[in-house]
Amino acid sequence: MQQTELCKTEIPRIMEVSKVVDEGKNQKSFFFKGNIMSKPGQFIMVWIPGLDEKPMAVSYHNKNEFAFTSQAIGKFTNALENIKKGNKLGIRGPYGSSFPLKNNACVVAGGVGLSSVSTLIDALHNPLIIYGARTKDHLIYLKRFKNKNLKITTDDGSFGRKGYNTAILDEVLSKNKKIKVVYTCGPEIMMKKVLDICNKHKVECQASVERFMACGFGICGKCMVNDRIVCIDGPIFNSKQLSKMSEFGNFARLKSGRKVTIQEYHGNHT
Amino acid sequence: MLQTKLCKIKLKNPTVLASGILGVTKETANRIGKIGAGAVTLKSLCHEERFGNSNPTMFGHKDVFLNAVGLPGQGIDSALKDFKRLDNLSVPVIGSIYGYKIEQFGEVAKKMASLKPSMIEVDVSCPHMDYGKPYYADTELIAKVTKTVKDNTGKIPVSIKLSPNVHDIKEIAHAAERAGADAITAINTATGMVIDIDAKKPILHNKIGGVSGPALKPIAVRCVYEIYETVKIPIIGTGGVTYGKDALEMIMAGATAVGVGTGVFYRGIDIFKKVCNEMEKWMKNNKIRNLDQIRGIAHK
Repeated sequence: MQQTELCKTEIPRIMEVSKVVDEGKNQKSFFFKGNIMSKPGQFIMVWIPGLDEKPMAVSYHNKNEFAFTSQAIGKFTNALENIKKGNKLGIRGPYGSSFPLKNNACVVAGGVGLSSVSTLIDALHNPLIIYGARTKDHLIYLKRFKNKNLKITTDDGSFGRKGYNTAILDEVLSKNKKIKVVYTCGPEIMMKKVLDICNKHKVECQASVERFMACGFGICGKCMVNDRIVCIDGPIFNSKQLSKMSEFGNFARLKSGRKVTIQEYHGNHT
Repeated sequence: MLQTKLCKIKLKNPTVLASGILGVTKETANRIGKIGAGAVTLKSLCHEERFGNSNPTMFGHKDVFLNAVGLPGQGIDSALKDFKRLDNLSVPVIGSIYGYKIEQFGEVAKKMASLKPSMIEVDVSCPHMDYGKPYYADTELIAKVTKTVKDNTGKIPVSIKLSPNVHDIKEIAHAAERAGADAITAINTATGMVIDIDAKKPILHNKIGGVSGPALKPIAVRCVYEIYETVKIPIIGTGGVTYGKDALEMIMAGATAVGVGTGVFYRGIDIFKKVCNEMEKWMKNNKIRNLDQIRGIAHK
């Protein structure tokens, strides 16, 4: 098959969905042909013509194809549930900063947040992965990462260890002094805990931060965390940057620009 | 060399972050001031919280940019708590306001004034509910809005932001000046549309949007030129300014300060510093010591 390199575009490129893969409860991956040339941690803007456009992490990436993974939680992601092979979506990007690749790494992911660190896991050399989800049904990529060093937790104990992935991270960092960096993506309250644990053990943390976005290229001003613009300064931030962001783990802004608690923000799927 | 006085406000340089770009939070405004802008305009606020249009709300291309964000904003009451005050940032802040009805312009302006911004800009692109046409399109409506805002803002200077989508921008500017405006911001975007031929649909969710970026510049320069011949109050020349030469062109047309908005898309948030460096370089090469020497020079 001929490899197609897709140059970065700021205008949606209408592309046919080449494959849809069921990943878990209300979670699907949508594949497209071509090399989007993204780096681990970067995102694309996905347009459903006539409906809306949202940022999505690139969750699969190779020379011939790429994908994003979506969990149906709002109007847009519910509409994605009905997208099938052969349907067309607009794709632009890739956008944002990427994870710097380092050895002796641990990856801590929560829920569908695993999709934002999945191409990172592909690129890292044998990382320890600590992955938590609500229930067994919410776990994704179990087959994909079956040969990886994977520790799993579920909130209800239906798979792996019962409890939170952050508890395992604390134990691991207490015992294993070889780990030099912790990469994380998941609910922001979880990532804040990960950052605090990393600071306690003096291990570097790299987190993928999510905010409401309109443009993806640093001008609409909606995705601010303090004075940082998530779409261009981030979405990947390191410990030093995160520690300066007082809003991280605490506050976020709605589509209107109104600042609310992170809990209210996550309950608002406009 | 670039120091500029805009309605008695001292600016370290004439570049002003235009409303609608990045100015959602006070911390961003402060950052943009620190890295080079002479002043920053916040995103427009009205009497209520608005969530705006669905995406895509922006279309960015080589020489042309369109947006239809639909005036999202947290609303002035929420902003009072969020901002607390606007006179303690790294640069002068311009608070942008609007309402649906004339009285709402007054109400929002009064609250904005309590935050003590250096200037208040009035976004008049919203259609009047009873007249069915935008405020910017009618001399009488512009006069009413200007007077209402002035009555509620004390000594804070007020600039009225005009639209190019009118038959004669001169008479609108004149009406604003007669009603007490202290400055004119010219111009807002020009209406336009882009259609994706593969999706067979307009790209912007709102279908119609506002054109900005380099494509808007000649229209903006013409408007600033015409307004300069009509009014005595200063003009913030805005529309397509991307390089130092564009800013100089605006000033030669008669602008006192120069708005930079979409330029952030083309050159990044440090565009203000870049534009200033380019202006200074040209001025040195042409032995120009200050901007007063070239302001409005194209009219001579």
